[in-house]
Amino acid sequence: MMRAQALLVAGAVAVTALVAAAVAQTTRQPTAKDLRPVPSFQNIADQQARSIALFEEAGKVLQHPRCVNCHPATERPLQSDAMRPHQPLVVRGADGHGVPGMTCNTCHHVANFDAARVPGHPQWHLAPASMAWEGRTLGEICAQIKDPNRNGGKDMAALLHHMAEDTLVGWGWSPGPGREPAPGTQAAFGALLRAWADTGAHCPPS
Amino acid sequence: MALAIKVNGTMQSVDVDNDAPLLWVLRDALGLAGTKFGCGVAQCGACTVFVDGKPMRSCTLPISALGTREVTTIEGVSGREAEAVQQAWIARDVPQCGYCQSGQVMSAVALLKQVKKPSDRDIDLAMNGNVCRCATYVRIRAAIHDAARALEG
Ligand code: FES
Ligand code: FES
Repeated sequence: MMRAQALLVAGAVAVTALVAAAVAQTTRQPTAKDLRPVPSFQNIADQQARSIALFEEAGKVLQHPRCVNCHPATERPLQSDAMRPHQPLVVRGADGHGVPGMTCNTCHHVANFDAARVPGHPQWHLAPASMAWEGRTLGEICAQIKDPNRNGGKDMAALLHHMAEDTLVGWGWSPGPGREPAPGTQAAFGALLRAWADTGAHCPPS
Repeated sequence: MALAIKVNGTMQSVDVDNDAPLLWVLRDALGLAGTKFGCGVAQCGACTVFVDGKPMRSCTLPISALGTREVTTIEGVSGREAEAVQQAWIARDVPQCGYCQSGQVMSAVALLKQVKKPSDRDIDLAMNGNVCRCATYVRIRAAIHDAARALEG
């Protein structure tokens, strides 16, 4: 009888903890894992300053391991939240998909395979060398992504589409267990960049 | 789920879980034990097969993602490159314990199908996902060069 009561109490405590966790979920404050919504930048009167602030907020995504790992400074991608060199050694190759005999999809299939923690997507590949972000400042990344000579010939509309709609970019928010998702949502990220474009697409000074 | 998959040119029916890796479908359901399990996490290459002619790690490919693509295993790999690799492997006595070798052979054949005269760097980059705990790497590289020369002639 004592034991049954103890079990009941333990069960009640566990349920309470779960409910408390659920409440904490719904009422939690914005953290570094969130993105500030576009309207919260309205109080910046100067348009150029607002544009830069919007870009810096989007930069939380651009400089996140989920994005930088496939925009590496060398020909070898990075992996994990710690951004270690990819194991095994693989390289970008001519088209970003690796080299003959060892392409990205030799191991990365069409979807995440969580049992082995191997991420996947039908278009899994590296960004071109001209779009290396690793070790760059936000100002440098900003100049780079606006430059059609380096960004794969994208005008602003194509760039915004890539950021907000591309499903490989979108993988950054559904990376599977063991990898931290990019901050916020792809929609919020896209909205920040659209507002940045609408305010003149100004770049941070550095 | 019941599935029909094409392996080594033959349609086979299997009844396996949706998320069963291709490796285990080959080994357990079809008895094709030439393809090896080394790590299960795409780190060693022992499980390499061809899917529509392209090398892939079968340990991380759930059977539900295979679709209608055709699988070739070490038991079924054939053609000029496969024969050249086989001859070069025998001549150089490449394997030691042999455990990694079906994966090594599949990757070597895949490389030679695409690059007729691979450099040392081509070989290293194509093969470094295939780990050999007996460290037969030097013989593997030499044998691939031999096979490339044999294919030229
Ligand atoms: S068993 Fe598949 S790569 Fe090791
Ligand atoms: S020959 Fe023993 S693991 Fe490669």
